[in-house]
Amino acid sequence: MSQPLLEVQQVFKNFGGFAALSGVNIYVNPGERLGLIGPNGSGKTTMINCISGLLTPEKGKIIFEGNDITQMTPHHRARAGIMRTFQIPKPFNSMTVVENLCIPLEYAAEHKTSLSVAEEEARKILTLIGIEALGDLKPTGLTQVDMRKMELARSLAGRPKLLILDEVMAGLSGSEVDEILEILFKLNEQGITIIMIEHVMRAVLGFSKRISVLNTGLNIAEGTPDEILNNPEVEKVYLGE
Amino acid sequence: MLLFLGAFLITQNFHNQYYYLAAFTVLQYIILSQGWNILGGYTGYVNFGTGAFFGVGAYTSAMIVKTFKIGKSAPFLELPILFIAGGLVAALLGLGLGYLTMRIKGIYFSISTLALAFVTVTIILNIDALGGATGLYIIRPRKIPFFTNYMEFLFLVMVALSIFAVAFARYIENSWIGRGLSAVRDDEDAAECTGVPVLKLKVFATMASSTLMGVAGAAYPYFVTFLEPISTVSLDVGVNSLAMPLIGGTSTWAGPLVGAVLLGIIQQIALVTLSPEYSLLVIGILLVSFVILAPEGIVGLFRKFRASLKK
Ligand SMILES: Nc1ncnc2c1ncn2[C@@H]1O[C@H](COP(=O)(O)OP(=O)(O)O)[C@@H](O)[C@H]1O
Ligand SMILES: [Mg+2]
Repeated sequence: MSQPLLEVQQVFKNFGGFAALSGVNIYVNPGERLGLIGPNGSGKTTMINCISGLLTPEKGKIIFEGNDITQMTPHHRARAGIMRTFQIPKPFNSMTVVENLCIPLEYAAEHKTSLSVAEEEARKILTLIGIEALGDLKPTGLTQVDMRKMELARSLAGRPKLLILDEVMAGLSGSEVDEILEILFKLNEQGITIIMIEHVMRAVLGFSKRISVLNTGLNIAEGTPDEILNNPEVEKVYLGE
Repeated sequence: MLLFLGAFLITQNFHNQYYYLAAFTVLQYIILSQGWNILGGYTGYVNFGTGAFFGVGAYTSAMIVKTFKIGKSAPFLELPILFIAGGLVAALLGLGLGYLTMRIKGIYFSISTLALAFVTVTIILNIDALGGATGLYIIRPRKIPFFTNYMEFLFLVMVALSIFAVAFARYIENSWIGRGLSAVRDDEDAAECTGVPVLKLKVFATMASSTLMGVAGAAYPYFVTFLEPISTVSLDVGVNSLAMPLIGGTSTWAGPLVGAVLLGIIQQIALVTLSPEYSLLVIGILLVSFVILAPEGIVGLFRKFRASLKK
């Protein structure tokens, strides 16, 4: 059996005196679809920030493709193939949507491309996500839903091996959720490993092969979607919310 | 090329020394505002302390002139040496500024640059070798081969430098570096997570910016022939270098160019017809109006106008 693509080992992260992560363990195998769920404030976004490198954990290790990347800068992680979306979208507001995608295409994707090639690639990715009509607009003119789609498109432009989605489905309609799910399944079939953080239960249960549950910065359960649905501890956390 | 030719014609026709001085000041501000814009416009770090970098370049240059007296033995070599030295020392100071961009953003960064200018003035005031408060006289060579006087030569070199500054800013803007700087300005976290080496680009931008400012400063001693800290490391230089790109438009190289030429000329006119205080007042009023009414500057207004014509 091959090694996991990503392993988070006993990660601790504090904000002042507040422990946001208290020894979290997560792993994801190459080609897998992992769901990460937990009530608000359970530390999911903090975990993603530690994986993408915006935060450095106080304790613990993050291993990607067998290498310890705990101290690696975020842009090196992006180039190594870890791409993420932001729960609160962070568009480059002075650029058009196409130009937003050109940044990871030029800076993170494996082969450094010329701008015209990058723009062409960007439009292909926008077509894949279904927002090709928005290519020449500035992000400030987009709806929240389109903004999320742009976040997804931009992270795809980095040619990820591991794609981490922080609540991209929030605010999407039922049919839009299905559309995005279909795209994500296709990307996964092409070999991209995906970690999905999601409050839209239908999406995360239908998509994930395995689900990991966090509560107050601790792992509380892990298993197939069915096992998670029938886990009394998970039920307690969610009903208690 | 065209610009250069034009400038040459000007040197042939402007026998009035005054025009030289006015044109020289405009050229100086073209270099300064292009330099300012690389960090302030492209990267989003607003620097109030241009005077410090300009002043450091000027004092470095003056000290080399006084100490080594290269002008006599190698008259054409001297200026390049002064520019390189002035640019280098300013870049060194820029490294410190680059460190600041790692730590602080926004208004706190800007206030620190203001502090940097005050500290620089104070240091120069207290070093006797730099002339202290009394200042330094620099003797401009009277003659140089092929030119009627040294001022004419200095002026043409300044034209060349301005063209270089504009070309350099334009090159950065249209390259992957410029696109990375825009990403840094818009959102540093998103930039990092899409592969942009934020720290490296910020250090590059501060160094490039301060080098240009230092080079502009290095030409200053031969221009004024007298250096004194308060007017050299001046707040005026800081305000002008920021107002010109902001009024011209910060998103592209044309903005600082238009801003420097236009404001430079307006200021010179105000200086002659009114008084120095009024000339700064004019800049202030224009700056406030543009920031409120047309944040994209003259270039932005021009673009909007052109777009509305197409429709
Ligand atoms: N930068 C920060 N500073 C202080 N507290 C933070 C910061 N980021 C997150 N937290 C706190 O850490 C906890 C976990 O937050 P987060 O990771 O965003 O949770 P989730 O994504 O699961 O909703 C929350 O209580 C939140 O208030
Ligand atoms: Mg979150």
